Amino acid sequence: MDLPTIWFVLVALLLIGYAVLDGFDLGAGILHLLVARDDAERRAVIASIAPVWDGNEVWLITAGGALFAAFPLVYATVFSGFYLALILVLLGLIFRAISLEVRDKDDSAGWRRTWDVLFSVSSLVPSLLFGVAVGNVLQGLPLEADGTYRGGLLGLLGPLPLLTGVLALAMFVMQGGAWLALKTEGEVRRRARVAAAAGAAAFAGVWLLVTIAALAVPDPRDLALGPVGLAAPLVVAAALAAFFWAVSRGRDGTAFAASSLAIAGLLAIAALALYPDVLPATDAARSLTVENAASSELTLRTMLVVALVGMPLVLFYTLFVYARFRGRVSAGGAAY
Amino acid sequence: MDPVILARVQFAMTVMFHFLFPTLTIGLGLLIAVFETLRWRTGDPLWDRTALFWTRIFGLTFVMGVATGVVLEFEFGTNWARYAAFVGDLFGAPLAAEGLFAFFLESTFLGVLLFGRDRVSSRLRWLAAVLVALGSTLSAFWIIVADSWMQTPAGFEIAGGRAWLTDFWAAVFNPSTLQRFAHTVVATWVAGAFLVIGISAFYLLRRRSRDVALASIRVALALALAGIVLVFVTGDQSARQVAYTQAAKFAAMQGLYSTTAGAPLVLWSLPPAQDPSAAARAPEIVVTRLLSLLAFGNVTATVRGLSEFPAADWPPVALTFLAYHNMVILGTLMLLEVLVLAVLVWRGTLESHRGWLTAFLWSIPIPVVAIQLGWFTAEVGRQPWIVYGVLRTESGVSPNVTALDLGISLALFAAAYLVIAWLWLALVRREVLRGPGEA
Ligand code: HDD
Ligand code: HEM
Ligand code: HEM
Repeated sequence: MDLPTIWFVLVALLLIGYAVLDGFDLGAGILHLLVARDDAERRAVIASIAPVWDGNEVWLITAGGALFAAFPLVYATVFSGFYLALILVLLGLIFRAISLEVRDKDDSAGWRRTWDVLFSVSSLVPSLLFGVAVGNVLQGLPLEADGTYRGGLLGLLGPLPLLTGVLALAMFVMQGGAWLALKTEGEVRRRARVAAAAGAAAFAGVWLLVTIAALAVPDPRDLALGPVGLAAPLVVAAALAAFFWAVSRGRDGTAFAASSLAIAGLLAIAALALYPDVLPATDAARSLTVENAASSELTLRTMLVVALVGMPLVLFYTLFVYARFRGRVSAGGAAY
Repeated sequence: MDPVILARVQFAMTVMFHFLFPTLTIGLGLLIAVFETLRWRTGDPLWDRTALFWTRIFGLTFVMGVATGVVLEFEFGTNWARYAAFVGDLFGAPLAAEGLFAFFLESTFLGVLLFGRDRVSSRLRWLAAVLVALGSTLSAFWIIVADSWMQTPAGFEIAGGRAWLTDFWAAVFNPSTLQRFAHTVVATWVAGAFLVIGISAFYLLRRRSRDVALASIRVALALALAGIVLVFVTGDQSARQVAYTQAAKFAAMQGLYSTTAGAPLVLWSLPPAQDPSAAARAPEIVVTRLLSLLAFGNVTATVRGLSEFPAADWPPVALTFLAYHNMVILGTLMLLEVLVLAVLVWRGTLESHRGWLTAFLWSIPIPVVAIQLGWFTAEVGRQPWIVYGVLRTESGVSPNVTALDLGISLALFAAAYLVIAWLWLALVRREVLRGPGEA
């Protein structure tokens, strides 16, 4: 593999890490009002993600930095092009962080209800918009001659992107439900399991629709995926099957692993469909590819060394900390 | 309105607001690491309560830093797309490194520190505190690498309308990285120490939690002393660095229009005007020849004035001058305060000097303001360049983001930040009133 391709893979891996990890706390946020009905239950939901959500979000931050370093033209084009959508995502991430932190700092019912609702909304909006963004990238942007996208917020809301937006929602609901089923007890656990299964069913249905829609757009590249390209959908399908099996048996750990694998597989499909473009344009000559959008060989090589030193360390202590916080949280939660 | 102005206002607002919180957490994190070390080594419950109390304040502040920091990571792409495309080969790397080496570390171990009390051993809790402190200092390092490269770009060449990396280490350790990093970090020590001293003074005034307050003050005083002395030492280094690398900024900081041999140091004056013909600005207090001595180590050295540069290359003179001078004035004020505190603690009469205790309480914002002024000096003084001498600020904006887009986002962020500021103040106040509890 050449360096730009390696970086394409690395950025994709960071985003997969983000979708799998922050996916469960975004999903827990979306489900917060549904699966947890009283204060003790809501505290339990929050307690299940409180020690780890920030580390999960750093996957996104690092993916942003890595995209900037490896494919600066893509970073510049996408983020300025998706301006208002991204601002909404950022506001969502701001209020998520704040609500998680401040919810338990006051006992009044009004205060807690406010932050519970904000937590849910600010989990839902970014989830939806992440999916919309990926849909737009997959479908290709009408880039202008100077390489910019000027379609505005409404231009992003085409049918396929909206569908991928719903797909992302379903995916995070599945993942969040699976996480809560694994980490909580009693009623919350039972409702979370139901929600996860519903999310997975929606995921399977919408995925099928998206696949049909994507195949309906004739693009010879998609047919030349090769063995890896064919394997990824099989992985997703198998993971979904395993998920339903595990849910029906009450195997929460297996269900969570299967859900994670389905997410990783789905994002891998997207990455494979894109490559060698990073940001396809409707006019193919203007597409940003791993070759024409990449940083210099020196930067990519230096950053590879940085990643090879840094990533194992991160993985090591992340696993270590997750292991420390293993086990179910009791209702009533934990505040510091 | 001009999109360039709006983009600049938005960047200035978001970065300054973000930096209110890391300013406090870097210094406070170090103090918590010390408290945790004392707790771990002595097993004294006093240090346990002390560490726990400050960790609660830290957690609140940290989250506000996270919430506001995520915006910045993407803002180079949203508002400064042409800049991002131009410098991406160099500028993205430190941001990625910051995520990988700093943010993962601090956020992961903060989880352990805040929520791991009943799950991890005493030693691991200590280690988590140390790693959080290390992580926040590292994040300051990498972000300052990025900023310093914009100030004094190095290790690159320009081809095809983009900057390309030629020497990684030259870019990382460009001529101003170490000075700026050192000066910023010691300034945050002062800020963290003033926060701890101020809140502890409040407890002494209220005559509650006396043991935690006195223990905290003793440790924080040591950090404040070291920090304030080092702020002057490193500030002097920074000023000299600017004199060599960014002569126009230096002239604006000093309000110097004509090139002068044996230039005087202006201690105080009315702000200089952008137009030198209006340059008469008595009253002013000056020390003859001191500027030449401080900047170049020689009382007769020549200091270049603004008139040597085309007016189009001048930064906003009055703002740069005012920000710089007020930073130094506040620094002097803090030095005096820290010396007074040292004497009072040494004599053991701190608690009877209620006037001074009140002064320490109200001094909590002073280092924070000084730090904002310092960044204002550095960033406004860099104008009209976004990459000094290489790329103009107005050439860096996103071509496809309209004034309306910027207006909407500016309004939304401003509203969100008002909420955050209010929440932080209200919740810290509540945390302080709740207190560390009595032994
Ligand atoms: C507690 C806060 C504080 C105090 C008391 C001082 N500074 Fe400072 N100063 C900062 C906090 C700061 C900072 C952390 O805000 C800055 C912004 C960029 C930087 O490197 O540090 C800064 C910038 C800054 C710059 C601009 C550097 C650049 O353009 O990059 C100079 C020349 C000085 N300082 C010099 C001084 C001197 C001579 C001081 C002596 C009294 C001083 N500072 C006190
Ligand atoms: C250390 C990392 C930093 C980087 C990479 C950075 C980068 C930038 C960029 C890209 C701009 C916009 C272009 C411009 O108007 O010059 C800017 C402007 C500005 N920044 Fe920074 N900045 C950093 C730190 C800070 C901090 C910590 C502060 C203050 C707390 C700050 C204050 C400002 C201000 C006030 C402006 C507006 C200047 C003007 O428009 O005249 N910066 N900076
Ligand atoms: C314009 C440049 C800046 C960018 C892009 C930026 C980005 C970020 C981001 C994304 C976070 C959240 C990390 C998390 O989730 O844990 C953050 C937090 C933080 N940033 Fe910044 N930042 C900037 C300026 C600065 C500066 C100048 C400093 C220090 C000198 C700094 C120090 C920190 C620290 C210590 C944190 C940890 C949170 C806290 O302690 O409040 N940042 N920053």
